[in-house]
Amino acid sequence: MKATDVSDPDYFHKVVDCQWACPAHTPVPEYIRLIAHGRHADAYMINWKSNVFPGILGRTCDRPCEPACRRGRVEKDPVAICRLKRVAADNKGDIADRLPKGPFPRNGKRVACIGAGPASLTVARDLTPLGYEVVVFDGDARAGGMIRSQIPKFRLPESVIDEEVGYIVDLGVETRLGSYVSSLRSVLAEGFDAVFVGCGAPRGRDLDVPGRKEAAANIHIGIDWLASVSFGHVEKIGRRVVVLGGGNTAMDCCRTARRLGGEDVKVIVRSGFEEMKASPWEKEDAMAEGIPIMNFLVPKSFTHEGGRLTGVVFEKVAPKFDDKGRRSLVPTGEPDLHVACDDVLVAIGQENAFPWIERDAGVEFDRWGLPVLGEKTFQSTNPKVFFGGDAAFGPKNIIWAVAHGHEAAISIDRFLRGEDVAARPPPMTTLVSQKMGIHEWAYDNDISNELRQKVPHAAPDIALRDIKVEVELGFDQKLAWAEAQRCLNCDVQTVFTPKLCIECDACVDICPMDCITFTENGEEEDLRRRLMAPALNLAQDLYVAEGLKTGRAMIKDEDVCLHCGLCAERCPTGAWDMRKFYLEMTQAGQGCRTR
Amino acid sequence: MTYITKPKLHHPSLPTNRLGYTRRDYEGSVSTLCAGCGHDSISAAIIQACFELSLPPHRIAKLSGIGCSSKTPTYFLGNSHGFNSVHGRMPSVLTGANLANRDLIYMGVSGDGDSASIGLGQFAHSIRRGVNMVYIVMNNGVYGLTKGQFSATADKGSKSKRGAVNSDEPIDLVGMALQLGATFVARSFSGDKQQLVPLIKAAILHKGAAFIDCISPCVAFNNHAGSTKSFDYVREHNEALNRLDVIPERQTIEVDYEPGSIEEVVQHDGSVLRLNKLAPEYDPHDRIAALTHLQERHAEGEVVTGLLYLDPTPRDLHDHLATVEKPLNVLDEAELCPGQEALQRFNAQHR
Ligand SMILES: Cc1cc2nc3c(=O)[nH]c(=O)nc-3n(C[C@H](O)[C@H](O)[C@H](O)COP(=O)(O)OP(=O)(O)OC[C@H]3O[C@@H](n4cnc5c(N)ncnc54)[C@H](O)[C@@H]3O)c2cc1C
Ligand SMILES: Cc1ncc(C[n+]2csc(CCOP(=O)(O)OP(=O)(O)O)c2C)c(N)n1
Ligand code: SF4
Ligand code: SF4
Ligand code: SF4
Ligand SMILES: [Mg+2]
Repeated sequence: MKATDVSDPDYFHKVVDCQWACPAHTPVPEYIRLIAHGRHADAYMINWKSNVFPGILGRTCDRPCEPACRRGRVEKDPVAICRLKRVAADNKGDIADRLPKGPFPRNGKRVACIGAGPASLTVARDLTPLGYEVVVFDGDARAGGMIRSQIPKFRLPESVIDEEVGYIVDLGVETRLGSYVSSLRSVLAEGFDAVFVGCGAPRGRDLDVPGRKEAAANIHIGIDWLASVSFGHVEKIGRRVVVLGGGNTAMDCCRTARRLGGEDVKVIVRSGFEEMKASPWEKEDAMAEGIPIMNFLVPKSFTHEGGRLTGVVFEKVAPKFDDKGRRSLVPTGEPDLHVACDDVLVAIGQENAFPWIERDAGVEFDRWGLPVLGEKTFQSTNPKVFFGGDAAFGPKNIIWAVAHGHEAAISIDRFLRGEDVAARPPPMTTLVSQKMGIHEWAYDNDISNELRQKVPHAAPDIALRDIKVEVELGFDQKLAWAEAQRCLNCDVQTVFTPKLCIECDACVDICPMDCITFTENGEEEDLRRRLMAPALNLAQDLYVAEGLKTGRAMIKDEDVCLHCGLCAERCPTGAWDMRKFYLEMTQAGQGCRTR
Repeated sequence: MTYITKPKLHHPSLPTNRLGYTRRDYEGSVSTLCAGCGHDSISAAIIQACFELSLPPHRIAKLSGIGCSSKTPTYFLGNSHGFNSVHGRMPSVLTGANLANRDLIYMGVSGDGDSASIGLGQFAHSIRRGVNMVYIVMNNGVYGLTKGQFSATADKGSKSKRGAVNSDEPIDLVGMALQLGATFVARSFSGDKQQLVPLIKAAILHKGAAFIDCISPCVAFNNHAGSTKSFDYVREHNEALNRLDVIPERQTIEVDYEPGSIEEVVQHDGSVLRLNKLAPEYDPHDRIAALTHLQERHAEGEVVTGLLYLDPTPRDLHDHLATVEKPLNVLDEAELCPGQEALQRFNAQHR
């Protein structure tokens, strides 16, 4: 194998599994350490800069960082990264004086953002301090997009949305709420220099089976119904409710129904329980509220009597696998199941829809109805029009919307300065030794044996009584500290300098995880099998260094390294050093510009 | 030393042995030796050997004297018996323990100062008596613990860190062990675990006095240019005679070797030592030739390593003395006090 080039920013970035997995590449371990030190405001600001909505995301993020977390590979469960983020938000105090303060000198360029969801708000936050005049349009009466309209208040209190949306609007962003944009042409005609489309994926899929029209009064599209609940138009539902669908929307629908009078609420899915799209923790929370999840049932028709819904008929199916391992659902032949109910919530998916974009506005769409975009630039075929969030590649989640927003803001800034949009700025990185003394490091290198801490919940009888009561109470400072200690500080990198190594084997002997091997170099496949412990996780790199006196190579498998620093402590010559790798994504502004 | 204890977490695919233990279960507390000390590597090799042999930790006794080397038993086999004797007295304590309980595996750990200076006599007598033990000397050519004075194994002409040249003749412990009748004699290097681990395993399986001289650089006081016990010097002058495989039971050889390059030696317990001879003309069963070869190569400045001598049918101290089969602590009253009649018969033998 070729010797590793550790100056490539991706190399050490990949070692920080959580940061690499985070769409916005938030410097996770850095803020976790700050939380451990009680520096909540500092931890909050790192998040705010990177992901814009720490308080919101600390409660609702899809947390792609957690399945990636190294702790999950060396122990049992990942660090509760998301809930630690909430701790920073809950305890930060007043941070108003740390935020950029307007009014900012204007640069004369105007940018329109269609939709006031997280994608648009990120664009507005990144561009306003640079002097752009940003106008955000939304058909809804309040800003926040689906954060406001869809996510139920028992998961995300309104006050948190108000606060974090407020930080952005207060920069001097003009919002035109309650004004649905019905024509892209007319927006362009208003003289905007660029338009960012962040209108989300606003259409809920319907279920067209017999009885749908007749029983329409009691059959609701999940996301429309949740929006009506959020904006106070709906306050009640029938006693017996069936929720169709197995994603997170279905989980929010059933739990909301439980709080609006639904006593007998069931979730019914076509596929198996294991294959449901909903996150495991969402399923757990729903079941904990007395909501059964029934699987392998395909809805066939709605039953009704005198114009009122009476129930749903399901065909029983079972999974069948062909020789290629592909699964299909085949009827078992058992009699159909009739589930009696008063209301049905249909939560079987979301679609993109751009009825307001004229087909001759220069924006091309592909055959799935999604805009044709530059992969990293988010620029459409009309160079003035950019997309991001759910509107770009279909429904995803908040953190992806934020990540898209940052990239689109860079594109808009470069575009309006006449620079090449395709040239993307590299991230900013530093690598700093943590050595303080012979056995002292600037980070806490001891490894905690604590298991993942559980977030306390409100008692179910209290939580179910009022839709505004937040279920999760968040970690208190003691739990937060214990959880923060579980973080392995994966950003504190093991850096090896071959010319200092005397090949005494001290690092090999001390390493608790058998990461380090000195051996003859070879092809990667062969090397991976020849190490102290086989390196079977191909997603994790091997660190290869050459230039040792015996002609062997140093091979370190990054996979399960605890970043405990013992290799560096036992190294007599300082050939190993622990260095903190800090990576910040470049955002719109000076750093992203060529001139 | 480090301020943190070694984390309990281990590699998810860490193998277990026949007893269900991982290698980590054979560790001791975290080392307090200088970072990079060769002795730590030997500790790691002992841990690996005991793990691979699936030895029950409570059936091992580790004994040592005084010195950095003699401190190492704290850093391996944390669940075994241990005895830290006064300087140079490990061999007599070990001999006594072995006489009292022949069922344990005895691991004598010593340094070149501990064994070649103050304990030279002790070393010699334990070897010539054929005590069933593994006697490892972690040989760095200096008194590490007392800050690097030349020890009796320092080569003539070797330079100290301050530049002083050693003018005394060295004691060659391997040569002495051969002369004194050790039935297993080896030399190795802390920087070569592939060679060292099988040697320790073979020595443990050997039922007799097994002696291993292990060159182990002292990074603090004897790892500079001009020293003959430094990593660089030993790597440059290492002349390995053979490589060893320890095979629990006889198996057919799958790999093709040059004819005459492989020798298999069956041990008393049925295990097989497979010697891959790197120097085909060297015969590890000829004590006198071994002595000659060692001296010739030493005169050339070379460090000969590998299995130097093996007697596959050793006799040990208990065989010589015809002692009772059982450990003394399991003998019952009837066996210990056989009565007046037995005493008289015994006395009569001595009239
Ligand atoms: C029930 C439900 C629960 C969810 N829970 C989570 C969760 O817990 N965590 C998570 O990360 N994600 C969750 N999501 C997904 C997440 O809400 C979205 O991925 C995210 O909000 C997308 O952001 P966006 O900026 O692209 O658009 P959106 O948030 O969808 O905002 C788009 C906005 O544009 C407005 N708009 C649309 N068209 C026009 C127009 N023509 N003129 C003016 N305004 C317009 C809409 O009114 C809307 O306010 C959930 C989604 C649903 C449906
Ligand atoms: C009776 C007695 N004499 C002298 C000493 C001082 N002393 C301590 S360790 C040591 C030498 C140890 O050398 P060695 O056995 O080579 O161990 P190393 O530290 O080199 O591993 C000496 C002379 C002592 N502890 N006890
Ligand atoms: S242990 Fe800490 S730094 Fe490492 S992946 Fe998990 S959260 Fe990130
Ligand atoms: S920091 Fe060093 S000693 Fe610790 S697990 Fe990683 S490689 Fe091993
Ligand atoms: S002084 Fe020498 S022998 Fe003693 S611990 Fe340090 S390096 Fe090892
Ligand atoms: Mg010594």
